[in-house]
Amino acid sequence: MNIAVTGLNATDNPGPGIPVIRSLKEQRKFTGKITGLIYDSLEPGIYMDDLVDNYYHIPYPSSGLDNLMERISYIHKKKKLDLIIPTLDSELYGFVKLQPKLKKLGIRTFLPTLEQLNIRGKDKLFDFCKANNINVPKNILIQSQNDLEKIEKQFKFPVVVKGIFYEAYIAQSFEEVLPYFNKLKSKWGYPIIIQEYIKGDEFNVVALGDGEGGTTGAVAMRKLYITDKGKGWAGITIKENTLIDMAHQIIEKTEWCSGLELEFMKSKETGEFYLLEINPRLPAWVYLAPQAGQNLPAALVKLAYGKKVKPFTTYEIGKIFVRCSWDLITDIKKFETIATLGEW
Amino acid sequence: MTNYLLQENLAVSDSGFLFHASTGETFTVNETGKTIIKLLQQKKEKEEIFSEIEKEFDIEAGLLEKDYDDFINQLKNFSLIERI
Repeated sequence: MNIAVTGLNATDNPGPGIPVIRSLKEQRKFTGKITGLIYDSLEPGIYMDDLVDNYYHIPYPSSGLDNLMERISYIHKKKKLDLIIPTLDSELYGFVKLQPKLKKLGIRTFLPTLEQLNIRGKDKLFDFCKANNINVPKNILIQSQNDLEKIEKQFKFPVVVKGIFYEAYIAQSFEEVLPYFNKLKSKWGYPIIIQEYIKGDEFNVVALGDGEGGTTGAVAMRKLYITDKGKGWAGITIKENTLIDMAHQIIEKTEWCSGLELEFMKSKETGEFYLLEINPRLPAWVYLAPQAGQNLPAALVKLAYGKKVKPFTTYEIGKIFVRCSWDLITDIKKFETIATLGEW
Repeated sequence: MTNYLLQENLAVSDSGFLFHASTGETFTVNETGKTIIKLLQQKKEKEEIFSEIEKEFDIEAGLLEKDYDDFINQLKNFSLIERI
């Protein structure tokens, strides 16, 4: 079995590729090969010895699906890929659209549908939650400069100003909204999302949906240390049935097919959980799940192969992950080969 | 007399390390604090807790009352106990 994985950018804004690969390789009896699909010759995962068997550059999503398919076909001829696990948000639409072509080549995937991806979009999440009685911060979509006046009428400050794909800022006043609005508009376009600010603590769940409404597993985590980029640098598994129940509910309602991460805020004021985001892939902290007893990446592979997986029902509470910064030393030859030939 | 109930899912180790399994929060308490929490876990009332503390630690009764109230307030602030 040869599994291709993306997201080897184990930087201070880490992709989930390396934790996914570590999880796969720690299964008992895993004898498969791993192909790393990379965008940059300096992705740290390339230089982690004994983790990935071979590497290939792939084109950025912005260069079009034809280029990506052509590159995948080339890699497939050389390495016979059995399964691709894309782990980055920006790749998902492309890989979902390529699924029929990949299938023809004999390459499996286990991805959400376009409809599922759209439901959890930042511009659609509010409606989905309201329709399913899930607490969600109030939000409005700003489609033009003229819509900005709605903010002061409908919200108390602070508010969260979010781009349609990435980035979010907290604005303490209307005057503070404007620069964030302009920045996000020029970077990601319309709509800009204005969201009620919920003061509280952030909680996360990693889960796996079997595509038929069933939850194969779900692990809840509280971040213990957050970087200035807002990334969890340490976290601990917790026992919070409300979060796990909400994960089951969301997966059932969407019939989610793939891994996902749910981001919640527990309001200091009401003590209730509010769903902030559904990220449509396994998160960068997913390696905590197998260590706590739920190897969700390994289960995803089994589901991709059409196997039945007995759902996980428990996990170890109090398991901690702590990220680290660790210099990898390599010879220039590897970097040179990858930079010039695009493969190793 | 007011009594308090410790939050469910609060694990207390012998070293005085508290782990709230629902929130992931952790705390460290000293020997006296650990003893009070263990007694609260056993649903002991305030008078019984005072009696145990006076037996185990060298402390003036007046000071114990003040320190106990301070400690209980801290536990309340961290939502680790609720009044029953």
